[in-house]
Amino acid sequence: MSNGDRPLSPHLQIYAWQWTMALSILHRASGVGLAVGTVIMVWWLMALANGASAFDVVQTVIAHWFGKLCLLGWTWALFYHLCNGIRHLVWDTGRGFELDTARNSGYLVFAASVVFTVLAWIAGYSAMGGM
Amino acid sequence: MSLRSPLGRVRGLGSAKSGTEHFWMQRVTAVALIPLTLWFVYSVIALAGEDHATATAWLQAPTTAVLMIVMIAATFHHMQLGLQVVIEDYVHGEGVKIASLMVMKGASLLLAVAAAFAVLKVAFGG
Repeated sequence: MSNGDRPLSPHLQIYAWQWTMALSILHRASGVGLAVGTVIMVWWLMALANGASAFDVVQTVIAHWFGKLCLLGWTWALFYHLCNGIRHLVWDTGRGFELDTARNSGYLVFAASVVFTVLAWIAGYSAMGGM
Repeated sequence: MSLRSPLGRVRGLGSAKSGTEHFWMQRVTAVALIPLTLWFVYSVIALAGEDHATATAWLQAPTTAVLMIVMIAATFHHMQLGLQVVIEDYVHGEGVKIASLMVMKGASLLLAVAAAFAVLKVAFGG
């Protein structure tokens, strides 16, 4: 039997994008993004161990607008992966698979990730003295 | 009727040859990381804009150092389990797949050890 050029599941090209599938791939994408982000965390810890001058370099890079932009992205990726991870843990118990429940929990998780990100940055700026 | 041998069935390892270990550890580390991550984010926010001396004092506190080591272990274990699935899903050539997994697992271990060592060095006053 020849399978030729038959499409492979799930044949994404013909799927109309849905909220739930976008959030699903976003969970994986945010996880990979966070893996990249761990390099910065390790760099920060190593600089802390290496002394004040090394630490100042990291702080300067993070304080740059591009550094802040990356940090903002990682903050959101972290909160999204965290919130959606809890959604996954609930699914692991066999609950929450009804179509409207799954869609609504998706809205909730996305909204929560944005709210937590904004709150974290407000808290960060107020910790720095309200700049 | 099962086509699996009695030995295969009792081992319960399936086609991935590793049983439910991967699945289960992904969940265990995920649950552990919920409080650990929230604590870490809270700490980073509190340290925002602070200098080397303040950050050092924070990391030298025994509670901080212990929680950091545990957070690092859970984070990198969770990370390499997740990235393993991503590689297994998208890299189809057997040789490239094994090489990618080796590089990824090696890099994860290296980052984890570097992070833990840095924490210990600061904690022990280096």
